[in-house]
Amino acid sequence: MASSEEDGTVEEKENNNKRRTKSALATAWLTFYNIAMTAGWLVLAIAMMRFYIQKGTTKGLYRSIARTLKFFQTFALVEVGHCAIGIVRTSVIVTGVQVCSRIFMVWFVTNSIRQIQSEESVILFLVVWTMTEITRYSYYTFNLLHHLPYFIKWARYNLFIVLYPLGVIGELMTIYAALPFVRRSGMYSMRLPNKYNVSFDYYYCLIIVMLSYIPLFPQLFFHMLRQRRRVLHGEVIVEKDD
Amino acid sequence: MKHYEVEILDAKTKDKLCFLDKVEPNATIGEIKSMFHKSHPQWYPTRQSIRLDAKGKSLKDEDVLQHLPVGTTATFYFRDLGAQISWVTVFLTEYTGPLVLYLMFYFRVPFIYASKYDFSTSKHWVVHLACMCHSFHFLKRNLETLFVHRFSHGTMPLRNIFKNCTYYWGFAAWMAYYINHPLYTPPIYGEQQIRLALILFLFCQIGNFSIHIALRNLRPPGSKTRKIPYPTKNPFTWIFVLVSCPNYTYELGSWLGFTLMTQCLPVAFFTLVGFIQMTVWAKGKHRSYLKEFRDYPPLRSPILPFIL
Repeated sequence: MASSEEDGTVEEKENNNKRRTKSALATAWLTFYNIAMTAGWLVLAIAMMRFYIQKGTTKGLYRSIARTLKFFQTFALVEVGHCAIGIVRTSVIVTGVQVCSRIFMVWFVTNSIRQIQSEESVILFLVVWTMTEITRYSYYTFNLLHHLPYFIKWARYNLFIVLYPLGVIGELMTIYAALPFVRRSGMYSMRLPNKYNVSFDYYYCLIIVMLSYIPLFPQLFFHMLRQRRRVLHGEVIVEKDD
Repeated sequence: MKHYEVEILDAKTKDKLCFLDKVEPNATIGEIKSMFHKSHPQWYPTRQSIRLDAKGKSLKDEDVLQHLPVGTTATFYFRDLGAQISWVTVFLTEYTGPLVLYLMFYFRVPFIYASKYDFSTSKHWVVHLACMCHSFHFLKRNLETLFVHRFSHGTMPLRNIFKNCTYYWGFAAWMAYYINHPLYTPPIYGEQQIRLALILFLFCQIGNFSIHIALRNLRPPGSKTRKIPYPTKNPFTWIFVLVSCPNYTYELGSWLGFTLMTQCLPVAFFTLVGFIQMTVWAKGKHRSYLKEFRDYPPLRSPILPFIL
């Protein structure tokens, strides 16, 4: 009947409007989020440079930027949420693994083992992370605003070739330097006997983490290389944030 | 009687792989798969997926040619499912591992614990009890695989055996290491806790077995029919009133009992992971029951009465 047909299209229009406002809201939030993260990592970069220029050494540099780093790196957990609710089209698991490895490095290695905070390897991965994140978040920002300058695209898909391996070296060297301190202090470890009948040795856990870089790093690296080939060689692809 | 012609194309490349002429109209997909196997001996029937549409669902072995929406020249698409292994083989392998591994830890075989403990026995009687329960459980699973279960699918992909064995064998070794450790701490509430745990464990083992028997009796030997399970005279099956997959409910109960009995965190983990997996399976099964049967009892939940 005519009236029910009209009701049908009114409902359809309402649903479409709901969908459109939801995606406008999502875009607004994502734009804000990416701008905020770009700004955060820029602040970190500038703080690191200022410290080095003023003090002439990297000793104490980590402590001076620790709070800002912890805030922005931990906040990145929301990116897992973005994938889970579908406003960003990337696998939840991939994003989860990437963010968790960063959180692990910040909270469970660098932050909790003070003796290694002055190591050069820490500075190395901090510099790498800063450059990577500034490039990545500004890429997302410009993408969302549909005004992507070529040099940002170029940076995102080329700098990683150098930054990725350097970052891995910095992280591995830091974990390796932390090992003797972990062993001596027995931190995060649990020994038998105890009422839960379980044991955990953080020292061996760290060794397993280091070994896991061997299968994981090549997979992630070659994935980025494949993305690079598709994006930079002009092929039309369905945009998938990585 | 009009004969059909059947051509089989590769689902990905659309190459013509096989042409069969003079096929009986009442031939089944299973028979067509056997004929295809003759011309391509490397693709035995269980690894063939035959569909009407290159990207569609697999046809069943029982489907009859003349009842399918095809003309007298039928075109099917083929996909290789990869090397297959029988469910029975997978089950037996994945269940025998824990049985053997646990016993190795129980008897404190050398190189596991410090050498002064080699071949010693635990002074806690709950450790002996736990060994009996664990061994009984996996022995029961093996016997059910051989004599009780009636499988819908004959085979599964070969890579599953590596995945499944890693899961079962890994967890078994992890649990057994701590329960049989010389520094094991028995449950806090002592005999009371162990007794309660044992009752729960045995109750759920009997329950789980009762459900397996009930499900077996739904299905005549050699068939793949599916029917709604209902409570029988056995009180352990009365739970069917509230739950679609009570075999999983009882399995959860058994492992909760074992966790309580051993008071061991790795066992709790295993119970949790198993529960998550079984819930996924139960929800899927519940959904297919609802889809297949119009008159499916509305009171039932997938795995936990009223909750999940």
